[in-house]
Parts: sequence; C-alpha cells; structure tokens
Amino acid sequence: MENISKEILVQMLERMWLIRHFEVRVMEVHSAGEFTGAAHPYIGEEAVAVGACAALEDTDYIAGNHRSHGHPLAKGGSVKGAMAELYGRVDGYCKGKGGSMHLADFSIGILGESGIVASSVPVATGAALAAKIRGEKFVSVVFFGDGASNQGACHESMNLASLWKLPVIFLCENNQYAVTTSYHDSVAVEHISDRAAAYNMPGVLVDGQDAVAMYEASREAVKRARAGEGPTLIEALTYRFEEHSLGLGRVRRGEYRTEDEVGEWRLRDPILVHEQTLIDHGILTREECDAVSAAKASEVEEAIDFARNSPYPEPDDLFEDMWADPIPAP
Amino acid sequence: MASNAIYIEAINQAIIEEMERDTSVFIMGEDIRRSVYGATAGLLDRFGENRVLDTPLSENGFFGAAIGASLVGMRPVVETLTSFMWVAMDQLVSQAAKMRYMFGGQATLPVVYRATMFYGGGSAAHHSDRSYPMFMNMPGFKILVPATPRDAKGLLKTAIRDNDPCIVFEDGTLSGAAGEIEAGDAALVPFGVADVAREGSDVTIVAIAGAVPMALRAAEELEADGISAEVIDPRTLVPLDKGTILDSVGKTGRLVVVDPAHKVCSAASEIASIVSEEAFWDLQAPIMKVAAEQVHIPYTPVLERLVYPSAEKVVTAARATMDE
Repeated sequence: MENISKEILVQMLERMWLIRHFEVRVMEVHSAGEFTGAAHPYIGEEAVAVGACAALEDTDYIAGNHRSHGHPLAKGGSVKGAMAELYGRVDGYCKGKGGSMHLADFSIGILGESGIVASSVPVATGAALAAKIRGEKFVSVVFFGDGASNQGACHESMNLASLWKLPVIFLCENNQYAVTTSYHDSVAVEHISDRAAAYNMPGVLVDGQDAVAMYEASREAVKRARAGEGPTLIEALTYRFEEHSLGLGRVRRGEYRTEDEVGEWRLRDPILVHEQTLIDHGILTREECDAVSAAKASEVEEAIDFARNSPYPEPDDLFEDMWADPIPAP
Repeated sequence: MASNAIYIEAINQAIIEEMERDTSVFIMGEDIRRSVYGATAGLLDRFGENRVLDTPLSENGFFGAAIGASLVGMRPVVETLTSFMWVAMDQLVSQAAKMRYMFGGQATLPVVYRATMFYGGGSAAHHSDRSYPMFMNMPGFKILVPATPRDAKGLLKTAIRDNDPCIVFEDGTLSGAAGEIEAGDAALVPFGVADVAREGSDVTIVAIAGAVPMALRAAEELEADGISAEVIDPRTLVPLDKGTILDSVGKTGRLVVVDPAHKVCSAASEIASIVSEEAFWDLQAPIMKVAAEQVHIPYTPVLERLVYPSAEKVVTAARATMDE
C-alpha cells in the first residue's frame, strides 16, 4: 500500500465502478431487447483486470477472452466505443463486426478478445516475442479463465514464453466455473498457479477480489518482464457473480452452485473491498467513493445515448475490412 | 539479373533477400537453423538467432505467436509442412483469418505461412496433404501455389511484403525443379495474375502447383495427335485470375482442370464452377476435372500412384473433351 500512489488507488476505484455500471446497464438493455447475442458479465471480477492494467502503460498490450467488457475498460479503452460495439453500430470499436465477445481497441494496445477459449494466449505471447526481437520494453498481458488453463494453447504458450524469456504475463482469472463445471472437476492440481513450476516460471496465487493485491502482483510481474527475466503466471481467485452468459436462460444457478456460495462471495465484492481500503487509509471518504460511482454511472449513460444514436453499418460495409491490401472479390 | 536455380534454392533466396531488405522480417519453425528441408540454409549464420528461431513442436503456440508478432509490426515467416497445419487450425482460422474483419479493420497481419506439400513419395496419409482447397473455403487468406522456381521466389517475396495473412503451398514434388529466376525487385510476382505456361487453341488445361509440369507433358503428347492445348497456371488461388481462364475458355471452348488435391470441393471444383457460371455458352464439351481420388494416401507406391493426376489422365480427359 505504501508504494502505491493515490492516483492509482483512485483510478482503480473509478475503473471498477465504470465496469460495474457498464455491466449492470448492459444486462438491463440486453433484456429489454436493445441488442442481441451472447454477452458475458464481468461483475464480481472487476479487481482482476483493473489491478493488472493499473500496472501497465498505454504502450503495453493486452488480449483477453469472451468475458470481454472488463478488459478494455480496465485498460482505458473508450466506453462509447465499447457500448456502440455491443449495439452493432459503426462507432463501435469494430464497426459492429465484432460484438460483445470481440472487443478490441488497437489505439491503446488492446489486441482483442477471443470468443474461442485460450485462443488469444498464443497471440499475446507473440506480441511479447516482438518486444524481445526488437529489444523494446513493452510487455503483454493475456487474460484467460480456469477453463482455458486446460487448453493446449495455454501450455504451449507458457513453454515458449519461458524458453525464450518473453515479457508476457499469463493472468488466469479463476472464477471457479467454466460455464457450469467447477475447476475442481477439471484441473488436476490444487491451484492453477502450481502449473508454473512445469514451465520454470513464477506462479503467484492472488486474492482477485482485492485490487491492491492484484496491482502489487502485476507490478512485480511487469517489472520482471521488462527486465528481460521472462513470464509470470498469476492466478487470481475470483468469482462470477452473474450467470455465464446473457441469453443462456437454461443454465440455472442452483444446479451447479448454491445461493449460499454466491452470497458468501458477494460479501467480498471487489468494489466494497477497495472502498473500505481507501476509507481505512484516509484516501477517500464514503461520500467521495459515492461520487466516483455516480460519475461513472453517468459516463455509462452517456455511452448508451451515444450508442443508441450511432448509425448501423451500410450494406456495402459487409465487404469492407477483409484485407489490408485489397484483392478482387471472387 | 537472371540466373538458374532449383525451386528450393529460389525459396531460400527469397527469404534472404527479404530479410536483408527489412529488419522486421524474421523466420520461425522446426529445425530451420539446420535447414532440414533446405529452404532455410545459411540463414542462421547470416541473420543470427534473434531472427531465425527454432521452435518447440508446438504449432498452435508458435503459429499464434507469429500472429501476435505481426499485429505489433513484425513480418514473421513461418516454415511448416501442410500436415502440421491441422494442429494449429485454431490459430489459423480463429485468429489469422478472422481477426482483421472481426476487429473492423484495426488488425493488420503481415504473416506468411510456408507450408510444404510432400506427396507422391511413400509418406502415407499423415504426411501427404494438399490442403489448399480447405483454406480457400475460409475467407481471410491469400493462397499461393507456385509451380516454378521463378514463382516460388517471386510469390514468396510478394507475400512477405503483403500486409495480409498469406499461405504459400510449396510443392515438394517440385523441390528439385530447375528454372530461371530474377534477383531483387525484378523477381516480384504479383498476386492474381495467371501464367499462360503454353499457348494453344483447342482445349484449355488449368493446372495447379505440381500438376503444371504434368499438364505441359500432356500438352506435348496431345500436340502429336494434332490437339493444341493451352496450359494455364493460376499461380495464386486467392486471388484467382478468372479473366485469363475465362478468356482462354472463350477461345478454346473446352476445359480440363488438373488439381493434386482431393477432388471434392477442390480448387478444380471452384474453377469449374466459375467457368460454368460465367462462360457456359462458350463451352463445347463438359468440363473435366482431373484431381486426386477421394481416398486417403496409401503408403505402397503401387496404390499411391493411382491416387493423383498424371499426364496420362490429363491426355485422356483432354481427348474426351475433343470427342464431344
């Protein structure tokens, strides 16, 4: 705590509130039918991406997964661009071609979220490879879940990154469930971070509900990466407060996790935890925390207004963005 | 300045020239420092370990790492065999092919996959893939099928400078084929421009990769029968030079397509379909496809040689179009 600036501590609260309000409103407008398709709420996991991204510069890269709204917002991506993308409009990050699972804002190093679990892990590893080849100091962080940790892409990438001492941080968001399957039923080790030993890299188990703990662990991993000492595997223990995906009504909470369990995790809401930290250390007052929340709520409302008023793409846009060096249509 | 080289040397020269020209170009693959397949000879000494990366056997991992490196300004060249592409299909399809479009044009991926097709040499089903049609079906790749040393060099150089994902299907049956090549920028071969390998007036033979030399042999045999065959090498399947093929069929009225890939949904199928749609009234005979039989590649040479197109099969097909 002593080595963390007030600016970063407050910024982490701002970004957590931004993500929370964004997700709450997304659930509302989605159920009102304002846009369709799958969307995976990040509620309950905000401290993970926010803590990690607070340790990064704009010139660093991130990549992520289908539970994708929190990562770009944590990195400082445009809120309006994210919301307009969910609405399928031309002012979205991807001009309406990516949608909820594929947010990307390349202007500040967000290399994109992947709807295929673990598929962005090799990609982020490759960005780090470029840093090494060019002798530059940027790092990359890839967010993936407990489910993804079982994919070959993860294991291959960790081996490559450690072998070549690449500046990449493997950030496993262990939210306990891959859809309905508990990680205890799919991971053969007690902690996913234990697997780091197999790749000769540090494995760190962190309280993912605590933004300060996430920031401190990430800062250490980033320092190591920039010094050319190679990758780190961080396992953030966290929890998905909502169901796996909007529009997946057949998944019933009671069938794979109990209300008691959800209730216990909700007591460790990452925003409550961080606000308490800030109040206890005299960084912000209760009223100031509430003001942060209100400001972020209105920022999200502005983004919704913006998205609703942004035009849809034109039919001719169907054929745009296929090629950097265009070729004739077949 | 023109010189003579074999196909595999032409590829080697293309890599050397482009790595010298642009420091963002690097190459990665299995056993490339010792150049097990010949195309990467001398690269380690010339360019060092930082730009010539031997990889672990982790195709999904390093095919994807090439994508990530390309996104942030590098120009990776990945060496592989077609048969190992299957284990990297997620990175190829979900990331390389889709990323630019899915992210609304934000992603630029100047990555080249060099995939050698070893077939016809007793390698059996796991090491004899000619898989370009499967990638033609997936939007997002530029697909190159060089049949001569000139095109092996020129198309690879163009691919390395291109800003989209390219797959070069290098034909292992042609590795030792000799021909004339150019140096430097004069060697560049544009995408989407077919080569009329032989002019003729009675029947058009479109041949792909290793089928080009057999089509040329067939054309000589047909000439002895008084049949004038025009042989067209598309050189790139995506983009495909439809114009040259349609013009030729307009002249000859007959089409044989020769494709070493499996015949169902092959490149030959697509070319036949285009000609049926766009030049139906020019045709004087049904289009003939000469492609690999729809079975796996058997090990024993007695059976393997029955699978692929041959000059004899091309001659038979061309004669059949003349009988109509």
